[in-house]
Order: sequence, then C-alpha cells, then structure tokens
Amino acid sequence: MKPFAYDRATHPSDIAFADAGAAIIAGGTNLLDLMKLEVMTPDRLFDINRMDLSSIQQTENGGLKVETLVTNSDLAADMRVRQHWPVLSRALLAGASGQLRNKATTGGNLLQRTRCHYFYDTAMPCNKREPGSGCGAMGGVNRINAVLGTSDKCIATHPSDMAVALRALGATVEVRKKSGAVQSLPLGTLYVLPGDTPERETVLEAGDLITAVCLPPPVKGRQIYRKVRDRASYAFALVSVAAVVEVVDGKIARADLAFGGLAPVPWRDGAVEELLIGNAPSTSLFDAAADQLLRTAKGHGGNDFKIPLARRTLKAVLEEATR
Amino acid sequence: MKTDLLINGNRRTLDADNRTSLLDALRHHLGLTGAKKGCDHGQCGACTVLINGRRINACLTLACMHDGDEITTIEGLGSAEALSPMQRAFVNHDGFQCGYCTPGQICSATAMLEEIEAGWPSHVTADMTAKPSLDEHEIGERMSGNLCRCAAYPNIVDAIRDAAWRDQE
Ligand SMILES: Cc1cc2nc3c(=O)[nH]c(=O)nc-3n(C[C@H](O)[C@H](O)[C@H](O)COP(=O)(O)OP(=O)(O)OC[C@H]3O[C@@H](n4cnc5c(N)ncnc54)[C@H](O)[C@@H]3O)c2cc1C
Ligand code: SF4
Ligand code: FES
Ligand code: FES
Repeated sequence: MKPFAYDRATHPSDIAFADAGAAIIAGGTNLLDLMKLEVMTPDRLFDINRMDLSSIQQTENGGLKVETLVTNSDLAADMRVRQHWPVLSRALLAGASGQLRNKATTGGNLLQRTRCHYFYDTAMPCNKREPGSGCGAMGGVNRINAVLGTSDKCIATHPSDMAVALRALGATVEVRKKSGAVQSLPLGTLYVLPGDTPERETVLEAGDLITAVCLPPPVKGRQIYRKVRDRASYAFALVSVAAVVEVVDGKIARADLAFGGLAPVPWRDGAVEELLIGNAPSTSLFDAAADQLLRTAKGHGGNDFKIPLARRTLKAVLEEATR
Repeated sequence: MKTDLLINGNRRTLDADNRTSLLDALRHHLGLTGAKKGCDHGQCGACTVLINGRRINACLTLACMHDGDEITTIEGLGSAEALSPMQRAFVNHDGFQCGYCTPGQICSATAMLEEIEAGWPSHVTADMTAKPSLDEHEIGERMSGNLCRCAAYPNIVDAIRDAAWRDQE
C-alpha cells in the first residue's frame, strides 16, 4: 500500500480541501481492498466516520432520508424499510456478508468500484484504471462483465445490489458540493456510462460528499429482489432484478424495474415499463418485455450466457409479482 | 497516527504507520494472534473481531480509524480456564479441524446471535417483518462470511445451534 496522510474529518466542510489525489474513507471495505492492491493510490484519506451523518429519518412527504454513514446492516434491519421498501432490505441482505454489511455505508456502497478482474490486476491493461492502456476483459475472461450500456473502451459492471433496489424505488442522492452547495440528484443521474472515459463513473467531483439517500413515499405493489449468482450467498450478482409491480383489475398498473450485473450502472429502461403497463400479465407480454430490455444487448464471449439468463430472471420475477 | 483502543477491556495505545490494518495492529503490534489472516481482502472471515459489539473484518479497516473504539477479540470472549458458551459449544461439537478459521467463526457466531436477538432479518428470512428463527438455513446464510477450508460446516452449525439453544434457556 502506498503511504498516505490521514485526517479525521468531523464536519462536511473539512473535506472541501480534498483534491483529486485525496479520497474519502467510510467503511473502507472497498477502498482499502483496492489500496492494498495499489489499484487506488490516494495520497490523503479523509475519514468521515466521525461526522454526524448516521440517522434514518422520516421526511415530510412520507419518504425516508438515509444519511450516508448508516450501515448496510442498520438500513436492512430498519423496520420502516422492511415494511414499506422491502426490496431495499432484500437487496442489501443479498449482498456481501454480515461482517461487511456492518461496516459498509450507504454512500460507500453506491460508489464501490467494479469487480472486473482486469481492473483489480495492475499487471493487466485496463482503461478504467489506466486510461488508454486497453481493456483486458474484451477478448479475455469476461464472465462477470456487462452486456448493456458498454462502450468499446470498457465493459465493466457496477457491482452494487443496494443501488439496483434504489434505482427501482426512484431514490435521490443528496450531495454536498465542494463549494458547500447542496444538490439533490436522481440516482439514475449520479452514474455515467463509460463511453470514451471509463475512468469517470459518476458526476461527482473531488471534494463532493454524499450526505444522504432519500426514498420517495412508499407505493402499492409487490416488491421483489431476485439475485442470480454462482453460489447461494456471499457472491456478487451475475444478474439481478429489483421490481415494484402492481396489478389493478387484471392489468399491470406499475412496473418499476431495475437490473444489476448487466450494465456499468444500475440499469433501468423506461421502454420496458411502458410496454408492460396497461396490459394483462402473460408469458408473451413478459417475453416482449425481455426482448425490449435486451434489444441492444451484446455479449463478449464469456458473458454471452447473461443475455438468456436476464430474460429468464426478468420473466420469473414478473410471473411471481403478478401471480 | 497515535490511536487509543479499548481491547478486551484493556486500554492500549498504538503508534503505528497509517497503513496498519486493525488485523495487523492486533497480531503484530499488540500480541493478540487469535484473529487470523486468511485472505486479507474481506473474503474469508478468519479475521473477524467485534467492534463496539458488532462483527467486522479486521483486515478491511485501519487501526487508526478506531480511536476510542471497544474491540473484542477471541482472547476477550473467554479463556482456556473459562470458555465462553460459544467456545464451549465448538469444543463439545468438534466444530473445527485445523482450527485456523475457528476464532473468526466463534467471534462471528457470537455477534450473529445478538443480531438474531435484535430481530435482524437475513436473505433467507421468509417474512421480513417477523422475528427470525434460527434453523440450519438461517445459520448457513448468516455465517456465509466465514469460510472453513476444512469444511467443518456440519459441526460448526451444530455448535452454534447448541449455543443459541443454551442462550435461550
Ligand atoms: C468479499 C466481498 C464481497 C462483497 N459482496 C458484495 C455483494 O454481493 N453485493 C454488493 O452490493 N456489494 C458487495 N461487496 C461490496 C460492499 O458492499 C462495498 O465494499 C461497500 O458497500 C462499500 O462501502 P464502504 O462504506 O465500506 O465504502 P468505502 O470503501 O469506504 O468507500 C468506497 C468508495 O466510496 C467513496 N465514498 C464513501 N463514502 C462517500 C461519501 N459519503 N461521499 C463521497 N464518496 C464516498 C470512497 O472514497 C470510495 O471511493 C462486497 C465486498 C467484499 C469485500
Ligand atoms: S472492462 Fe473496464 S474495468 Fe474491466 S478491463 Fe476493461 S476497461 Fe478495465
Ligand atoms: S483475512 Fe479478513 S476476511 Fe480474510
Ligand atoms: S477448521 Fe480448518 S479452516 Fe476451518
């Protein structure tokens, strides 16, 4: 690990000094993993664990404000979340292990980096880690890589389960900009697709701090998080689907769907939802929805299986949700 | 960075390089070699200790981040003369082969029972709002962060179930 200066930041304004070489550390479960391998080499760490940002509060409109230092364990176990936003508890509990969830924070989970094998191996080319060096995963071992939203520079996936549920729930992210201004971003606009600059994953800049995630008021419908992975527990998603689906008078009235394991960002596709809404659930409708979701899907050899797997997972979730 | 830690009830001061993980601080600076290094990347659970009562991976946190924190390692749960109920259950049920993963398993299981007690659900809990039960399925899921290279799993599960059962008596 490269040496670094260490600061305990007790107030958000303390990290306004952060420049591109600095990093915020929260739970540390992703950052330290990558620092040990020298995939990330910050020269200064701002430890935000002493900031007063650990509460979960009801908002005026009946939603929930989850401050960034709330751990994945505490969020999953919160009775309000379990009752009204169960897809979020389910997604959190499907991720990592009991020990990791006790440390992992809300903001850290959102900003965790990809698990692409070549990103982790500094002896290999990777445009995300070292812009311009090439992409080891294309033509390499890419079983875990993306089939949607990729570019010819990078085919990495975003590994978070929590972010997929938050995307389906229409959550917003509260950011304190380096300038001190507070911004509220829909989760979908926090992340950017790789394009020509896979090293850039979000719209955040150095010195920006995620302070909270806000959930909109609860909605009616079945909530499901289905995660397909190589072992029953303690493994990242190959494909995951977060769904909030409501059927009224035999027709689908709501189909908020987000997908993990398929794309560089937690994926949501309005066209799939439009196709479902207003129609009676049926196998042919679900097939059409899968066609729509996967119309631009592109496999890279090792991950070709994700395309039929995504279809089957989506159909299984829709069948369960409309049963 | 100078760091004050309350380890197993004893105040200890550490002055180590910023890069020192809590695991290396315990093992190499403070002489507490119970917590083990399996992977050093959060993937095996051998390094599990309790911080302020909660189980975490000591390999994925820096010692300097824990100034003022209360840390419990396997050495603090019990001693050879006075085993903790979980330690006793592991001995009674042969919950190990080589023993390398065992300190992590026992720390993890001890805190896991507290999580059940607090009503935390798991990935396999059917009803998210009900009080969770403690069957084999739940133990397997909740202990999935602790790998055992010797695959002593059946006896580990038996030991945990036994300790939980005694706990409830
Ligand atoms: C073995 C293993 C298995 C795992 N399995 C899964 C899994 O199945 N599913 C899953 O979803 N995740 C999984 N994870 C990942 C885990 O969820 C993340 O490591 C964790 O959520 C990161 O949170 P943290 O607080 O520890 O982040 P940190 O490591 O502290 O930070 C991560 C990044 O976020 C930045 N950051 C943190 N907080 C803020 C903030 N408030 N504002 C701005 N920037 C911030 C940091 O600078 C850093 O770049 C696994 C991890 C491991 C090690
Ligand atoms: S897919 Fe992205 S992260 Fe993986 S090697 Fe290619 S450029 Fe790097
Ligand atoms: S040594 Fe910490 S999890 Fe393996
Ligand atoms: S007893 Fe040998 S690793 Fe578990």
